[in-house]
Amino acid sequence: MIASVFNMTTLFLICGILLGIRLMSSPRTAKFGNLLGALCILGGIALTLIVNDIVSRELLWISMIIGASIGYIFALKVAMTQMPQLVALLNGFGGAASAIVAIITMIANPANLSSSTRFTAVLALAVGSVTFSGSMVAAAKLDRRISHLPVILKGHMCLSILLLVIIAGLIVTETLIAPGAVIWIVILAAALIFGIIMSIRIGGADMPITISLLNSLSGLAASIAGFAIGNPLLVAVGAIVGSAGLFLTQIMCQAMNRRLMQILTGREVSVAAAQKEVTLEDESSPEEVITSEPVQRSNQLSNEDLAAGILRQASRIIIVPGYGMALGQAQHQVKAIFDKLQQRGKEVLFGIHLVAGRMPGHMSLLLVEAGVPFDKLVQMKDANQKFSSCDVVLIVGANDIVNPAANTAEGTPIYGMPILNVTEAEHVIVCNMDTSPGYAGVGNPLYQDSETITLLLGNAADTLGSLMQKLD
Amino acid sequence: MNILGLAAIFIAASIIGYKLISKVPSLLHTPLMSGMNALSGVTVAGALVATTLAVSLHSQLLGVIAIVLAMINVAGGFLVTHRMLKMFKGK
Repeated sequence: MIASVFNMTTLFLICGILLGIRLMSSPRTAKFGNLLGALCILGGIALTLIVNDIVSRELLWISMIIGASIGYIFALKVAMTQMPQLVALLNGFGGAASAIVAIITMIANPANLSSSTRFTAVLALAVGSVTFSGSMVAAAKLDRRISHLPVILKGHMCLSILLLVIIAGLIVTETLIAPGAVIWIVILAAALIFGIIMSIRIGGADMPITISLLNSLSGLAASIAGFAIGNPLLVAVGAIVGSAGLFLTQIMCQAMNRRLMQILTGREVSVAAAQKEVTLEDESSPEEVITSEPVQRSNQLSNEDLAAGILRQASRIIIVPGYGMALGQAQHQVKAIFDKLQQRGKEVLFGIHLVAGRMPGHMSLLLVEAGVPFDKLVQMKDANQKFSSCDVVLIVGANDIVNPAANTAEGTPIYGMPILNVTEAEHVIVCNMDTSPGYAGVGNPLYQDSETITLLLGNAADTLGSLMQKLD
Repeated sequence: MNILGLAAIFIAASIIGYKLISKVPSLLHTPLMSGMNALSGVTVAGALVATTLAVSLHSQLLGVIAIVLAMINVAGGFLVTHRMLKMFKGK
């Protein structure tokens, strides 16, 4: 009787969560979707307490209140610009919690566990631990506590494979041959190290993929822990989160023209090929650009006047933001320019690339926070249809995602990556820090003044600020 | 519930979840991700039971840590998602 009530209620909660995700498909209903999801998880907690007759355990309540309070403070204190690291951090906590559930399950009743329970428990321990340590490294990178550059150890690849083999071997040993706490500890340690070395070799711009992957793993860990303790709610919700992370990982990989394995095992950049192609595209060498800095500066004044004039005359403008906008905190200046141009009766849209920024949806989030209506944010496919009929594209801190080399420079790492084809517009204004190549290491032919390209170098917020004044 | 039943649930939830999630526009990818993050805190349900069953003090302490971490995930995740979604306004 109790079992069937439990199962029916669980099914009901799972459907509620799925409905909540369905509501996330529109910005207008997404808020209710999220609330519904939260209610269902609360329902799941209440159900667990009631069915197991543990409502009166004070320890549980105290722990839950402490956790919820910390979560509450995190959620209120975090700035939108810190969202990538918060997401990574929370992912890690979820993974750790699942790993701990697996450990307690094994400790509580070591003699009576079936081999399938033991198998899922050690697997949850491994996946949860990888999620935890991998997420902590990712969060530290995103928070710039450690360098965002990829760190490659000697024999990195061999070490990764060795650790995976050790973990897999020990999981089999624990399940079939010799269960025991020593093996759990070795699995735990190996999984933690694997998570660290997996994350440290991934560079900044690949972070959208890493976070998505860790998100998927945290769901998977919860789901496997659900198998270990025989809880259908954990299994289902974990599976949903796992497939959500997988979906995001896939589309991020597509948008960067990368395979997941390439990112995990490190990029094979043929630097020579990249340089060769770029010199074909781009006459000036990087050194020349750096030494000509003072000249650029005096040029910049006239370029700003030029850019302001072009914007004044334009009637259709598309702004393309990139990670540089987030880095320079320029989203408010972007919004101010957007308002000014709109006031003058111009049609202004934003062209958003899927992987612009450090996590999926990063650019949209910052612009919406600055007050840009979400219906002005156009995704890549639609934006690419609009460039040819647009007068000016204003690039703010974007590099690889608008680099025409992706269409032409065969053999470079970004060749074949879908980009925003900004050169189809009549004129392009580039507001970037400098002309050095982006994350992919491929020089950008857009970074050259020409009849159709105006370069405004320097911190995006400052550049846009003075551009604003010129527009008056 | 036996392992086959759970496996069926796992497969069904993965497929339906994937279908629904692929309908979420890229505009909402960040809130989607933090919302999913909050959902993965569902492991708190497991932590509650495990902590109750735990006999030794060590296990109980581990259980408390798991509950706290999972609740940070749940509360922090849903709240921050709510904060973000409130900002999405149309014209």
